[in-house]
Amino acid sequence: MSDATTGRRRADTGRIVTLTVLVIAAFLWLVPMIWVLAMSLKPNEVLMRTTAGLLPVPFTLDNFIQILNTAKVTRWFLNSIGVAVLMTGITLVLSSLGGYALARIPFRGARIMLIFIIAGLTVPEQAVFIPLDTMFASWHMNNTIIALVTPRLAVPFGVFLMMQFFKAVPKELEEAAILDNASRLKIFFKIMLPLARPALTTLGIFTFLYAWNDYLWPLVSATQENHYTITTGLASLQGNFAQSEGLGFLMATAVFASAPVLIVYLIFQRYIVQGIAMSSGK
Amino acid sequence: MATNSTSAPAAKGVADTERRRPRLSPDTVSGYGFLAPFLIVYLVFLVYPLFRGFYLSLHQWDLLAGPLGWTGLQNYQDLLTDPTFWTALGNTFYFVVLTVPLTTVLALVLALALSKPTRTNAVFRAIFFSSSIVSVTVVTLIWQMVLSPSRGILAQALGTVGIPPLDWLNDQHLAMLALVIATVWWSLGLPLMLFSAGLQQIPGDIYEAARLDNASGWRTFRYITWPALHRTTVLVVLIEIILHFQVFGQPFLMTKGGPAGSTRSLVQYIYESGFRDWHLGYASTGAMVLFVVMLIASLAQLHFSRKED
Repeated sequence: MSDATTGRRRADTGRIVTLTVLVIAAFLWLVPMIWVLAMSLKPNEVLMRTTAGLLPVPFTLDNFIQILNTAKVTRWFLNSIGVAVLMTGITLVLSSLGGYALARIPFRGARIMLIFIIAGLTVPEQAVFIPLDTMFASWHMNNTIIALVTPRLAVPFGVFLMMQFFKAVPKELEEAAILDNASRLKIFFKIMLPLARPALTTLGIFTFLYAWNDYLWPLVSATQENHYTITTGLASLQGNFAQSEGLGFLMATAVFASAPVLIVYLIFQRYIVQGIAMSSGK
Repeated sequence: MATNSTSAPAAKGVADTERRRPRLSPDTVSGYGFLAPFLIVYLVFLVYPLFRGFYLSLHQWDLLAGPLGWTGLQNYQDLLTDPTFWTALGNTFYFVVLTVPLTTVLALVLALALSKPTRTNAVFRAIFFSSSIVSVTVVTLIWQMVLSPSRGILAQALGTVGIPPLDWLNDQHLAMLALVIATVWWSLGLPLMLFSAGLQQIPGDIYEAARLDNASGWRTFRYITWPALHRTTVLVVLIEIILHFQVFGQPFLMTKGGPAGSTRSLVQYIYESGFRDWHLGYASTGAMVLFVVMLIASLAQLHFSRKED
């Protein structure tokens, strides 16, 4: 047997071993989610006896039907939709306008503004949630959708992302319009914004996921049950239900709460991967 | 309407000098005009709260009654002499020290194993990333169930080979480990994607050269891949430190900070000072400490992400 064949055979074995390990790892990785999904599709009485099994046998949709008949859970879900849509929409407007100004308009003080805004990237939500709470309390605005949305709009990540995108657009595309004496607004809306669709999609997805999954600020700001988001609402159910007969219902609520983000992930996976590469400064 | 940029060509030179004369050039007006909507929100909801937080930390401030008087640095002195604060800070460091290396190494190994641009590898990456998409509430619910000694799938699986169930979340030695496991599962996606992006940037012909030289897999990694990934690795570690230093939901929801305060994190300490004990001024003091630690880590991150650009 020649050296080349042994070498190839060894490489083949290596590849098969790697693949086997990966398949097992990926399966184990998914087991917790598959198990929860299976439990959400089983009757509560069966779960009282045993929670074992990765397949939903016996199968039932009762838990999900029960969610639709539970006013507070559907209310939380709609609250989350409202917060996520509003936060995403406004973030896209503020970030694209601001990012364009910093990337393309040579205005006086642009550099200082850029540094001032980038400095905000060092301020985490966890460092300012207490003063924010006192601010909204003094305005009597805790437990409103505005309080849930606005603090996140101030995070400069979006402006920064859009600025990086607009910087990469070739100058020639704008110059013709400038020669025609088109206004900045016209250039922005007619030329730059249509080009920015991929960057806007990425930023939109990230903002939506953040809004949907945020826990600390909604926990602090929305303290009345009918103002919970689905994320804080689900947490409020955990203590009461896990021990009692409602395990299937609790698991179904977790699945229900994750459905929008998992759908977004399945559809827009490519943008998420690109966005991570972009935001790491590459 | 004449909001021309200074980069207009020479043919417009005369008009340009005329336009530059007013103190507020059209570019300055439109520049601040475009920036204004964000800038206002930024000033009101980020810059101002940061200073207000410092102001709060110098006061005794009640959640319902509001300000109860200026106390100077008293809150800082109280904080630094509170053993619970030091325990929480220590727990947070311990959590970071366990989570960050584990996530980084696991993400790097997976990224290397999945580095070939095939469809199968993309599917694998998507699977390992999928757990990062759900909220902390869902993650903690899943892992509370998985680790439950009476109904958990882990106890069931280990039971079939005769291993007795462990009460992970109520054991002082295991509780933190349980939080780390849940967190690694939740947060592996981001470093995996960052490493994958980093690997894609290494030119393929270097590997071709190494293969022609009959370099072993280890040597190729040690002398080509690892040095090329240096910047990515530093970034990943810094991002992970910043992210995990702010851990809150996992201990708050899975262990309530217990048993015996062994998993209480810094952010949880801040939250509980403010919203369980109603001492907002004192809580703000803790938040200032968090901010300073985060500032140092973030500046390092900015430094490394801008370098070699």
